Amino acid sequence: MIPLFQERRQKLTQFKALRPRPKTSTASAPEGLYTRCPDCKQDYLSDQVAANYFVCPGCGYHMRLTAHGRLRLVADKGSIRELNAGLYTTENLDFPGYSEKLTALEASTGLKEAVITGVCTIEGHSTVIAVMDSRFMMGSMGSVVGEKVSRAIEYATRRRLPIIIFTASGGARMQEGIVSLMQMAKTGNALARHHQAGLLYISCLTHPTTGGVTASFASLGDIILAEPRALIGFAGPRVIEQTIRQTLPEGFQRSEFLLEHGFIDRIVERHEMRATLGRLLRLHSPSARKGFAYISHPVK
Amino acid sequence: MSLQQAEDRIRQLDRELADTEDNDRRRELLQEKSRLLSEAYGNISAYDRVYLARKPARPGVRDYINRIFTDFFEQHGDRLMHDDPAIIGGIASLEGLPVTVIGHRKGKTLEENLKFNFGMPNPEGYRKALRLMKQAEKFRRPIITFIDTPGAYPGLESEMHGQGEAIARNLMEMGSLTVPVIAIVIGEGGSGGALALSVADRIWMLENSVYSILSPEGFASILWKDASRAREAAELMKLTAYDLYNRGIVDRLFGEPAGGLDESSRSIYERMKNALITELGVLTKLSGRALVEQRYKKYRRIGDCTSD
Repeated sequence: MIPLFQERRQKLTQFKALRPRPKTSTASAPEGLYTRCPDCKQDYLSDQVAANYFVCPGCGYHMRLTAHGRLRLVADKGSIRELNAGLYTTENLDFPGYSEKLTALEASTGLKEAVITGVCTIEGHSTVIAVMDSRFMMGSMGSVVGEKVSRAIEYATRRRLPIIIFTASGGARMQEGIVSLMQMAKTGNALARHHQAGLLYISCLTHPTTGGVTASFASLGDIILAEPRALIGFAGPRVIEQTIRQTLPEGFQRSEFLLEHGFIDRIVERHEMRATLGRLLRLHSPSARKGFAYISHPVK
Repeated sequence: MSLQQAEDRIRQLDRELADTEDNDRRRELLQEKSRLLSEAYGNISAYDRVYLARKPARPGVRDYINRIFTDFFEQHGDRLMHDDPAIIGGIASLEGLPVTVIGHRKGKTLEENLKFNFGMPNPEGYRKALRLMKQAEKFRRPIITFIDTPGAYPGLESEMHGQGEAIARNLMEMGSLTVPVIAIVIGEGGSGGALALSVADRIWMLENSVYSILSPEGFASILWKDASRAREAAELMKLTAYDLYNRGIVDRLFGEPAGGLDESSRSIYERMKNALITELGVLTKLSGRALVEQRYKKYRRIGDCTSD
């Protein structure tokens, strides 16, 4: 019975979601065999979802990706060298329950913090890269995230490299209070120097990017890309609804909305991200100028 | 009993005192009043400071502009689409030194508050502020900002017009300004909405002002899904002027009379003016490059980390 059932499922998912799957219980299916799309609520074989870069084979919804998964997706194989992996803060973390929560998350996610930074090549072009992971404290920015991002930017400035940052964050980290807020200024200042050195910063916004991260480095890219349908905004939708006492329109604060209002350059589907980044890096590489003379940029 | 409750009770006692002729009763009332005063002001909690920071009678940016500077010329608009009344800015003279003054504007009455949006700026406000700051840099004027906002406005249009981008841009540009910047938190320093005007060489706070990552109400509702636990949140948030001074984020505190500043306060303007003159005397001697370098380091060391 079970093999027949699986075969039927496989055949149907091949037709993507064009034909709705009959409603059947998955309660007896082995753990993790199927993944439910959070958007269209259909179940798909996990292997198939993974092979499709965690994009729903039916509706095209971009599911959340881990930082390591993201790196595997965009960086040339074996090219990644992580920077400041073991960084920890010397700040006081005495907010009730906070350090226990960090320890528990480290164990459950295998991550030390909500961002991974490093250098890699993308289609042969060297770049600094930072990737946030929303599984770790909602990708929030505390002292370690702020410091790792700042160090990555400073490294890029010193080595005259571009920097690419994939954001996924609920904003500044509440538990570290004012220190978290100040990380917005710290990362912004580091980007100013990178910018003044005439270097390229590509900001890639993924679901969700809100609060203090939107109000700092996420919005400061020379080029800003976003994954389809990602929630991107300063205030959270709930806070806005409570303030204005009305329901928000469909699609508000989604990537498509931001594109329409002029805040991002392009929406890029996940399977095209690597090629898009490669192309942008190539267009900004000094060797792309071929026989033309270098046009010196105004230095502040 | 919170400071707010104590103050309400004191007002009630004052009314009774005015009405009663009975000396024994008057003595009782006066005793209770003095007990309440010493209790309330002798042991101020973090949330009491939040209450004082938000008191409508507290001087606002307009009071500081009128009493510290002369010849204030207000400037309007972001040159893109709008003039945001929640941010006031312009050119003024500080004992003969031309400066650019910018601040969050709160009202003292409901009508004023509706006009100024309770001191909550839209992106246009931050863009106006940035325009004035870049202009100050062009004409080599020091910049003085007055911080008093619950936060940037969380609305439909503010999101549509790029609230996040406007704040981010200000943080980045303020860090690179080649003229001195002094930010003074005079009331509420709420979140990114406050930070967007306070990336500065010196950050000063009034004794009963607060500066935090979020309002205590917002903090409680995010962390515990219960905004009514704001009092509890305030105690954990380390948001008072003393907390920030001890943490090394704020450089100078200005004392306030018991019960906080109000319309009758006089000395604060003189003290603040003298402090500004002295500090600008120091900062204007530094080169633009040195100022930027110093400011970079000031923020760079907040949230220090190590890997050994």
